[in-house]
Amino acid sequence: MPEPIIRVENLGKRYSLCHQAGGPRYRALRDILSEGVTNGFGLFGARAAATREEFWALKDVSFEVNEGEVVGIIGRNGAGKSTLLKILSRITEPTTGRVTLNGRVASLLEVGTGFHPELTGRENIYINGSILGMSRSEIARKFDEIVAFAEVEKFLDTPVKRYSSGMGVRLGFAVAAHLEPEILVVDEVLAVGDAAFQKKCLGKMGEVARAGRTVLFVSHNMQTIGSLCQSVRLLDGGALRYQGEVVGGIAHYYRTLDASQRDGTDAQRRPGTGEFRFLHAASDASEYRPHEVKVIRFRVRPMTNSTPRVSLSAHLTDATGGLVCQCDSRFLGVHVNLSQGECEGALAITTPWLKPGEYAVDLFLVDGNVGVVDRFERACQFRVLPILPYPDIGPEPGFSQGAVLGQFSWTVSTTGPTEGNRVLAE
Amino acid sequence: MAKYQLVLEAGRADRQYWRDLWAFRELMFQLARRDVAVHYKQTVIGGFWAVARPLVTVVILTVVFSRVAGLEADGGVWYPLFILAGMLAWQFFAAILGESSNSLLNNANLVSKVYFPRLLVPLSALGVPLLDLLVLSPFLVGMMVYAGVIPPWQLVFAPLFLLLAAATALGIGFGLCALNVKYRDFRYVIPFILQFGVYASPIGYATSRMPPDYQGLYHLNPMVFVIDGLRWSVLGVGDPFAGGGWLVSLAVSLAALLAGVRYFRRTERTFADVI
Repeated sequence: MPEPIIRVENLGKRYSLCHQAGGPRYRALRDILSEGVTNGFGLFGARAAATREEFWALKDVSFEVNEGEVVGIIGRNGAGKSTLLKILSRITEPTTGRVTLNGRVASLLEVGTGFHPELTGRENIYINGSILGMSRSEIARKFDEIVAFAEVEKFLDTPVKRYSSGMGVRLGFAVAAHLEPEILVVDEVLAVGDAAFQKKCLGKMGEVARAGRTVLFVSHNMQTIGSLCQSVRLLDGGALRYQGEVVGGIAHYYRTLDASQRDGTDAQRRPGTGEFRFLHAASDASEYRPHEVKVIRFRVRPMTNSTPRVSLSAHLTDATGGLVCQCDSRFLGVHVNLSQGECEGALAITTPWLKPGEYAVDLFLVDGNVGVVDRFERACQFRVLPILPYPDIGPEPGFSQGAVLGQFSWTVSTTGPTEGNRVLAE
Repeated sequence: MAKYQLVLEAGRADRQYWRDLWAFRELMFQLARRDVAVHYKQTVIGGFWAVARPLVTVVILTVVFSRVAGLEADGGVWYPLFILAGMLAWQFFAAILGESSNSLLNNANLVSKVYFPRLLVPLSALGVPLLDLLVLSPFLVGMMVYAGVIPPWQLVFAPLFLLLAAATALGIGFGLCALNVKYRDFRYVIPFILQFGVYASPIGYATSRMPPDYQGLYHLNPMVFVIDGLRWSVLGVGDPFAGGGWLVSLAVSLAALLAGVRYFRRTERTFADVI
């Protein structure tokens, strides 16, 4: 049994939260002095007396990662993923426990860290590279490759402040992609950039993984996790809840997501501006045949006094988190003037015919002026039964490879001379 | 298996620290280069600012101290030259102190996103002051030629006094930038120190003008010895070692450096959590 390249033992990180409504994260000396006066304590007594709460961002986390493994770190917001990455990349120290790293770590928690807007692309490549731990000669050696990858040849001597945001991101990722550490730690950086570039980044990540490097990858995109990682570690509430195979981990992730949303207390913590929130959503049936109309019913409740005009949208996702289709009411010209008081509605998905498996629906309320009002991920689930909507039974490879089931017909008619047909028949 | 092993544990970071500082030295130069490159971007007269400010100050101080107050320089040196030599040391000190004490806040995005020994950040703040010093030095040489001053043998010590100025400024800078992370008050302390320091240091007048009773107290300002020393080594005037006050100045400098580094190292591990 070879020694694991990363060994995490009983890792914990505690933060102290200072409860002062609206107070800044840092403290002015004045605060301490005034606390001292009001409390009648000395300077240091006052510090201890301030209302403080301890918060464990990570608690008692242990796992190992073997060399060459590509590991996905998943979990809801606030599960402790970022804290774990920060400890692994030495930005912050653990409070308890320890981590043993048997290789050099490069971490990519942000694209283009240290870019200076006034400097040119060329200068920024050198600065960013050395921030990520590359030596000058190493950067010089890889310079052309980096530039080519980022597709910024023409703008090398232009200050980065004149770059489009896409170019900046491309350049940042390009530098990071040419790191050659034994362990690469990546935080959701692929969420930026356009689709083509994301694909390129994913390709590069796959390449890094195939080159035998160990990669720790945080993402909310289960599809990316599924296609890139060999195993996952699931964090929830600062504790490790699952480690092992990707499919099992993703299923577990969805369960933690569902559990937190069923109890309803999570509505205020969901993304979105929050004037209105989905209160409840359910599928009419828990199981459908592939070609049946799937009906999702939902209730919406106002949270403030505003009455925005919104559109509705739903994302239908499959068991790996892949997006099957979007149902956006704007394409139907449907907008809703939400009024005070609860209201309810329904979404009917007629096509496509879905392949057998588990599906989930994400619901969105979107205000054209301010953006997403509520984003209710995995609002409800249903299962599509393995009963194919075709008149005959075919072999499994005949449908298993597609994304959805098609509704189709075949016709064949004779167009050439009958002579030819006979030859073919022989 | 791998020859490289790193253990992360509470309080463990110390053991690797000085080795890491060396390993990351290129980053320090890159940061310094960046600061230098950015410093005078989008200004019309660029590096001339490095010269304009001290030269104007020299003119004003000459008028105030020489014409209005009627003071004389040590050894009868041309007064503007006497002031410029002092300004050179002071400006160097002030620039390092100013740059380094704000350096962590200016690089907050780095501190919260990547690992490196944080001491590199205030150290890299040396870049701009060094450049400014290089730009200003020819003016000193020019004025020496004009005044017919021949540099004495002790010129070889001039770099040592500049080093002492840098060490003092960095010591205070380390402490202040670490404090700045937690208490933003200290941003307002620096301009005050610098403003007050111009008069509390022998820039516009000679140390010998200070009444003997105050000499001990006066030398608590570490820049007294630095400025007197630089004048002595470049212009050959005055005696920085007279009266033993220099020992006080030197002790204050070293104490500032030690205390600065210690405080910085002690609070460093919480920077990313607080900044």
